[in-house]
Amino acid sequence: MNREIAVVAFAQTDHRRSTEESSEVEMVMPVLHEVLAQTGLRAADIGFTCSGSSDYLAGRAFSFTLALDGVGAWPPISESHVEMDGAWALYEAWTKLLTGDADTALVYSYGKCSPGSVRDVLTRQLDPYYVAPLWPDSIALAALQAQALIDAGHTDEPALAAVGARSRADAEANPHAQVKGGSIPQGDYVVRPLRTGDCPPVGDGAAAVILAAGERARELCERPAWIRGIDHRIEAHGLGVRDLTDSPSARLAADKAGAFERPVDTAELHAPFTAQEVILRRALGLGDDVRVNPSGGALAANPVMAAGLIRIGEAAARIHRGASDRALAHATSGPCLQQNLVAVLEGDPR
Amino acid sequence: MPEVLRAPLVVEFPFTRSLGPVQSAFLTGLRERVVLGVRTGDGRTLVPPVEYDPVTAEEIRDLVEVAPTGTVTTWAWNHEPRRGQPLDTPFAWALVRLDGADTALLHALDAPGPAAVRTGMRVRIRWAAERTGAITDIACFEPYEGGAGQPTGHTGAFDEPLSGIVAPARLDYTYSPGRAQSAYIHALSEQRTVGERCPSCRKVYVPPRGACPTCGVATAEQVEVGPRGTVTTFCIVNIKAKNLDIEVPYVYAHIALDGADLALHARIGGVPYDQVRMGLRVEPVWTEGARYPDHYRPAGEPDADYDTYKELL
Ligand SMILES: [Zn+2]
Repeated sequence: MNREIAVVAFAQTDHRRSTEESSEVEMVMPVLHEVLAQTGLRAADIGFTCSGSSDYLAGRAFSFTLALDGVGAWPPISESHVEMDGAWALYEAWTKLLTGDADTALVYSYGKCSPGSVRDVLTRQLDPYYVAPLWPDSIALAALQAQALIDAGHTDEPALAAVGARSRADAEANPHAQVKGGSIPQGDYVVRPLRTGDCPPVGDGAAAVILAAGERARELCERPAWIRGIDHRIEAHGLGVRDLTDSPSARLAADKAGAFERPVDTAELHAPFTAQEVILRRALGLGDDVRVNPSGGALAANPVMAAGLIRIGEAAARIHRGASDRALAHATSGPCLQQNLVAVLEGDPR
Repeated sequence: MPEVLRAPLVVEFPFTRSLGPVQSAFLTGLRERVVLGVRTGDGRTLVPPVEYDPVTAEEIRDLVEVAPTGTVTTWAWNHEPRRGQPLDTPFAWALVRLDGADTALLHALDAPGPAAVRTGMRVRIRWAAERTGAITDIACFEPYEGGAGQPTGHTGAFDEPLSGIVAPARLDYTYSPGRAQSAYIHALSEQRTVGERCPSCRKVYVPPRGACPTCGVATAEQVEVGPRGTVTTFCIVNIKAKNLDIEVPYVYAHIALDGADLALHARIGGVPYDQVRMGLRVEPVWTEGARYPDHYRPAGEPDADYDTYKELL
């Protein structure tokens, strides 16, 4: 594994409650063009393309094949898709580049939550025998986790509210964020103990990243965000088997990715619910000196299937513009932080 | 910009799932008001039970009965129950560790309000009146003052054990077709077929999807095509589709409308099925009030020369 691979470009849509005037490909295509324009590459120059999305969100079978129209896949390109967040598509692209089969990769993902009810859609990823027949929605499961965290004495409702307020205040500086403003009221309970302000906004959006290996990365980007390590780990699917107040899979992924070798200055955590940020900070040992979610995080914009890739993109973009030298990016999938991916990104010394 | 089109879309499936021996025993047990767990190699009892040890991945088959009473390990108050959830009045979601188990089971807890619920409270199973062998055979949990209930000493062997379950699933969406397809549908309602041209390769796509799949750029220039076209290829349908009032056999064809660079597909009528051929010239047949052509029929022209449509096959 002696090939250096970097994130060299990142683009995202403005995330909005609804993009009903656009099809999926109409929503995704401008982001693909923007990320290519940042590097001067054309689609035909890309060695490998990988995307992440879920047909369940908008209820459109094989929507990813239609979205591929936005890439320009003729003559046939080397291409793959994961029915997961785009962070896992990036993982596949990273391994493809490691093999030496390609020098550049285009990774994109998108989520249209507006056509359906994402709280109910996400119940379909649960254990189909013992859990899915009860239709426990995503906020209910996150609320069980938050209550467990409160019972354990690791947080309380005012502390959770502060996480939400800080995220939305930081989102003021993010032109793509859907919800911004530190003075937005925390709102009523959705599923107690979680209030509106503890939950992510429901919205549509897309994101794209370009990866490049070695010297190619230096040609395409003034300050590449080198991926020093990525790893992803999963926990048991049974919620009652897990300790919901901890995230051993996130900690292990971070360890395998090399996150604990040296301190990071920035962390982009994919914590759609406030309590999950508290859990991840503890699991990853992030102190107050680490800038957490300067983008506002998933509490400011949560296009499902893209929000994890956006964490990697946001962390990389901070390195590109010199605001960070070493950053941790995290993505999650499944209920209550079931599966976690951690990437460690670094810029060349200045 | 024309109005955004919207239509309800329901995706509904009855998923038929087979059960492993441990899942079968657990769900059959619920039918018989018996709760079974499974013992792991290190002596823990998992409820609900699984086929493989979540830590070691070892196959586990050692069934053990636990009590119908237990303790709440965490909870969340759900004041607005959603479709499909266990209770239609406000309730608490709860993870409950049954007496005798080392792990917790997710279900609803029927309580008068959040003030009546706390972690550590004692609860017991309220059984559903009608039980089929499903997690919903537990209607919910209810508050319970008392010690551990007594297991009956069940071995986990049942007459007529379940071998599978049918799990219905329904999701409701509001479908919007997007800019390009909306324009296409709007034009169709005026009995015009309008495609879009790629600014790069100049191909005209019908129906348009907003992007040229070859060039990866947006199509925007609208181009009216047809109304007549050429059958490029076809098939003969011999099996009647459910809910479709068309006599078989009939012909379904790819039709290259005049001016289009992509064939669309439609039914061919007004001609015996065995007389449809490649190159047949056809025209749309509109029915009163319809928003799209009912079918295409022969236009009464000489057949098109193969060379005029071979690139569209
Ligand atoms: Zn084109």
